[in-house]
Amino acid sequence: MSGTPLLSLAIWVPILAGLVVLATGSDRNAPLARALSLIGAVAGLLVTIPLYTGFDLHTPAMQFVELRPWIPRFNVNYHLGVDGISMLFVILNSFITVTVVLAGWQVIDSKVAQYHAGFLIMSGLLNGIFSALDGVLFYVFFEASLIPLYLIIGIWGGPNRVYAAFKFFLFTLFGSLLFLIALLYLFISSGGSFSILDWHRMPIGMTAQTWLFLAFLVAFAVKVPMWPVHTWLPDAHVEAPTGGSIVLAAIALKLGAYGFLRFSLPIAPDASHELAGLVIALSLIAIIYIGFVALVQEDMKKLVAYSSIAHMGFVTLGFFIFSPLGVEGALVQMISHGFVSGAMFFSIGVMYDRAHSRLIADYGGVVNTMPKFAAFFMLFAMANAGLPATSGFVGEFMVILAAVEHNFWVAFAAASTMIVGAAYTLWMYKRVVFGSVANHHVAELSDINGREFLVFVLFAIGALGMGLYPQPFTEVMHSSVDELLRHVALSKIQ
Amino acid sequence: MEMQKLYSLVPLAPLVGAIVAGLFCRVIPRWVAHTVTIAGVAISCFASFLIFRDVLAGNTYNGPVYQWLTSGGYRFEVGFLIDQLTVTMMLVVTFVSLMVHIYTIGYMQDDPGYNRFFSYISLFTFSMLMLVMSNNFMQLFFGWEAVGLVSYLLIGFWYTRPTAIFANLKAFLVNRVGDFGFILGIGLVLAHFGTLDYAAVFAKAPELAGTTLHLFGKGEGVALMTATCILLFVGAMGKSAQVPLHVWLPDSMEGPTPISALIHAATMVTAGIFMVARMSPLFELSDTALSFVIVIGAVTALFMGFLGIIQNDIKRVVAYSTLSQLGYMTVALGASAYSVAIFHLMTHAFFKALLFLAAGSVIIGMHHDQDIRNMGGLRRYMPVTWITSLIGSLALIGTPFFAGFYSKDSIIEAVALSHIPGARFAYFAVMAGVFVTAFYSFRMYFLVFHGEERFGKAAADAHGHADHSSHAPESTHAGSSGGHEDDHGHHSDDAHDAHHHGLAPGEKPHETPWVVTLPLILLAIPSVVIGYIAIEPMLFGDYFKASIFVDATAHPVMKELAHHFHGAFAMATHALTTAVFWLAALGVALSWFFYLKRPDIPAAIKERSGWLYKLLDNKYYFDKFNEVFFAGGARLLGRGLWKGGDAGLIDGIIVNGSAHFVGWFARMVRLFQTGHIYHYAFTMIIGVFVLMTLWVTRA
Repeated sequence: MSGTPLLSLAIWVPILAGLVVLATGSDRNAPLARALSLIGAVAGLLVTIPLYTGFDLHTPAMQFVELRPWIPRFNVNYHLGVDGISMLFVILNSFITVTVVLAGWQVIDSKVAQYHAGFLIMSGLLNGIFSALDGVLFYVFFEASLIPLYLIIGIWGGPNRVYAAFKFFLFTLFGSLLFLIALLYLFISSGGSFSILDWHRMPIGMTAQTWLFLAFLVAFAVKVPMWPVHTWLPDAHVEAPTGGSIVLAAIALKLGAYGFLRFSLPIAPDASHELAGLVIALSLIAIIYIGFVALVQEDMKKLVAYSSIAHMGFVTLGFFIFSPLGVEGALVQMISHGFVSGAMFFSIGVMYDRAHSRLIADYGGVVNTMPKFAAFFMLFAMANAGLPATSGFVGEFMVILAAVEHNFWVAFAAASTMIVGAAYTLWMYKRVVFGSVANHHVAELSDINGREFLVFVLFAIGALGMGLYPQPFTEVMHSSVDELLRHVALSKIQ
Repeated sequence: MEMQKLYSLVPLAPLVGAIVAGLFCRVIPRWVAHTVTIAGVAISCFASFLIFRDVLAGNTYNGPVYQWLTSGGYRFEVGFLIDQLTVTMMLVVTFVSLMVHIYTIGYMQDDPGYNRFFSYISLFTFSMLMLVMSNNFMQLFFGWEAVGLVSYLLIGFWYTRPTAIFANLKAFLVNRVGDFGFILGIGLVLAHFGTLDYAAVFAKAPELAGTTLHLFGKGEGVALMTATCILLFVGAMGKSAQVPLHVWLPDSMEGPTPISALIHAATMVTAGIFMVARMSPLFELSDTALSFVIVIGAVTALFMGFLGIIQNDIKRVVAYSTLSQLGYMTVALGASAYSVAIFHLMTHAFFKALLFLAAGSVIIGMHHDQDIRNMGGLRRYMPVTWITSLIGSLALIGTPFFAGFYSKDSIIEAVALSHIPGARFAYFAVMAGVFVTAFYSFRMYFLVFHGEERFGKAAADAHGHADHSSHAPESTHAGSSGGHEDDHGHHSDDAHDAHHHGLAPGEKPHETPWVVTLPLILLAIPSVVIGYIAIEPMLFGDYFKASIFVDATAHPVMKELAHHFHGAFAMATHALTTAVFWLAALGVALSWFFYLKRPDIPAAIKERSGWLYKLLDNKYYFDKFNEVFFAGGARLLGRGLWKGGDAGLIDGIIVNGSAHFVGWFARMVRLFQTGHIYHYAFTMIIGVFVLMTLWVTRA
């Protein structure tokens, strides 16, 4: 097994599958395109399984490493590898791709091959981001992954899709520009290396660290997104098709957070400590401010989009507490958010496919006509509100506990999500699902079919499994997180 | 069988029942749903009894079941702590749950959500057992939130009724306010003790008793124990409905009556009491926290009792009495009389479950009319319900020899002996509470079972009582084609209004079937005898052993109480000469005089006491305040941040503003690009001229 280039497979199997799907061409071959994309997505998931089963728990080093020269003149390498921080995201991404293919199965009926191909190619690119150990390779994947999502929103999106797609693209591109400058600076000051691991070890003065940290912060804060550069997300979600929203929420938002762990903390540890207060403050604003904004949303997708921002606030908060409990809690929160927000967007998509509205006011009493749906939606709403035994609880619990150790009032502010998060989620649930049948659109709703049931079950396994037994998720993180924190505690100033 | 397996069996048996009845609720027939869930709870109850005997023989247990999570050197485990306190709770929970399960067969027989209901109450039993059997704070919090979830689902069981889905959201959110404090308390425990395991925390508590936290900048600081205990108690205030987090409990009566008995009277709402007793090694280290506890409990005990007097909905009277009794238990905790609190918790579980189930029986007999003003004289038609209600009421008001007497009288004695700040006030509150309790309990009893028969007017004015907001008569009849097994039934509001609640003219109430009356009888037995039997071992013997810790030098209440105790019989006979007994008797006599003899007097009082009645009728304006200040304020704030912050400032000015600026700048620059050669030539000449001038002047 050790000889198999598993990470290359995780990247290229979905991309090749995407190209094959694209080759089926016009919508006359739509059934074939769907079948092929499902095969591609499942194959993509299967090749990532050995990453978990073959993972060595006892080393913080990169595993499944592949290293080949790519552009020798600039010392750019095709350098892949995962550790306990990134490995789970490769699997999560491949898992989400399967659900996305199933979610768009009947719903997308124009340009079917292109739609599915877009998701498969994006899946490969996202795996590339999580496994790249070379700065240029990372940057290429990072930027390339924008394109499929941009197209998916711009082509299969809602009425205001062009505005949303542009806003999404410009925001993230703005961040990427600073990121690129930072990479070039690191290349030059390291004496010509693009290896991220070299950068981790390289001593850097405080001023340079501060500038690097700020450049990274802008780049990653846009992706997370953190307050106040978050306003592209609700617009993008509202216009994106269901599958786009699922990938955006479940995976794309994790890229920024992942960047903090792979770049900001280890490359600029002194600046990270120095500016931790800033990030913690922004995180708390995200949790509280955005929580209240979510409360008054009239559009369900916007509501869940805002709740995503609030949940990601826990992630950035957890990182900058610099304790194992906080960082692992943040990582757990990232994975959990993948299941829960994905499922929330899928739930809204299920209703939208039938009634063609996302407005809360257009619904009421959905439980009367869609009881099975209501049960699943209840599960994920509770997970979104952080109920124990669901994955949504684990990360919040860990981060809040870690925050109490750090500073009681930070924890106090963060824990307010217990109330506000429950309020916006369950108030929406009440208005949409409970009550008498509100209008004839609701009266005509039909309950979920077998395909939708399957998608819900996949999400439910993730959300409940992780809530009841998170140990398998956290035990793979221990070595890498401990090593990261040990590294971050050492000063790089010489 | 190995004991460890038996421990696991206790929560798992109801869980299996819940899963079977829940996942397959749409396909299995009703008898399967109730058989499998009742069997699960019966197994659990029997196993609890075996464990009880084992614990009495001195075998306690504390150990993990599985490792939930490790992180940063901390271990979070799911595990069981089986000791005297746990097993007491296990017996109470499983026994009351079993009674409620049986009762439900009769109460819910016409409801289309029959299977779903059984699934929920079994799930509740599982959650509650996980809560009480936990050996660590993490699992405690798990169970804590899980019972909250099931409570939410059950209050909103009739999900088409606007009042029910309002009440369940309110219950969940108010409980979350409590949990907010609770999780911060748990956080302080982890941060300072380095573990969430009870045994390890309690062992380390004395050495941390002197630690102070500087939460409010420099200055005195707050004792770690005080901060931790008060935060944990905030959680208890939510779950056990203490002022000001009590507001959800009266509204929870929107749920079906069996769960009002099980969840909102006997078990879940006592979780907070249980938790504080479990944490006695921590609370004993902070007099400030104990004072806080006793004052909150006293306020709840007295002021919620007052509200019971003016309720006309049979379930709401019992609900306010529950609030008041929870206040009594809390007062006992504050007086360091933890064992007395648990003792009252146990007796209360039996007689309050009895009173609720009897109220439900009356509601069935009255065809779902809940207004006690429409009842009267029911004793002739519902003899079993009548006698068991009388027993329950006598137990509640503390009649000597009944269960409630022993526990409540012990609380009053303990408060009298306590020297914690606030104990004086608490003593006054619990004494006044005795009179109030007797008055409202027997007001309800007389209005329902005695006096003139006021029923049979349903067609005329069953819904005519507009003076009170809390009249959402509950119905199990709605989807009246009782045969179909639809999980989520179609009982729309229209069906409700079409169905007449109450008895039509000439109709008489009827006694309920045996599945309803049997639990009443089985609960009536402990309501009479359990106090007499249990007081000596539980309060003065060594029943609880190490499971409850009292610092006997700092808080010698229990020791002094033991001095005054000369056996259960002597306690009861002695009580006849005390003020407590006569206060209760006065309450009963006065309610008899007011509501049977001279019903014009309370009406006249109500007329004249304008503002006071209004204050009580509006429940001290807690609900209005919360709605306007918290709910309205949060929405206002959210809208302000959204429209002002996100849409106005960030998007309007910064994002779109910079886009507009780029556009404006480009338009300006474009003006220079005219395309005429003489414009460009002229510009060049000026440029050359300026440069030359600079060069010349510099030289």
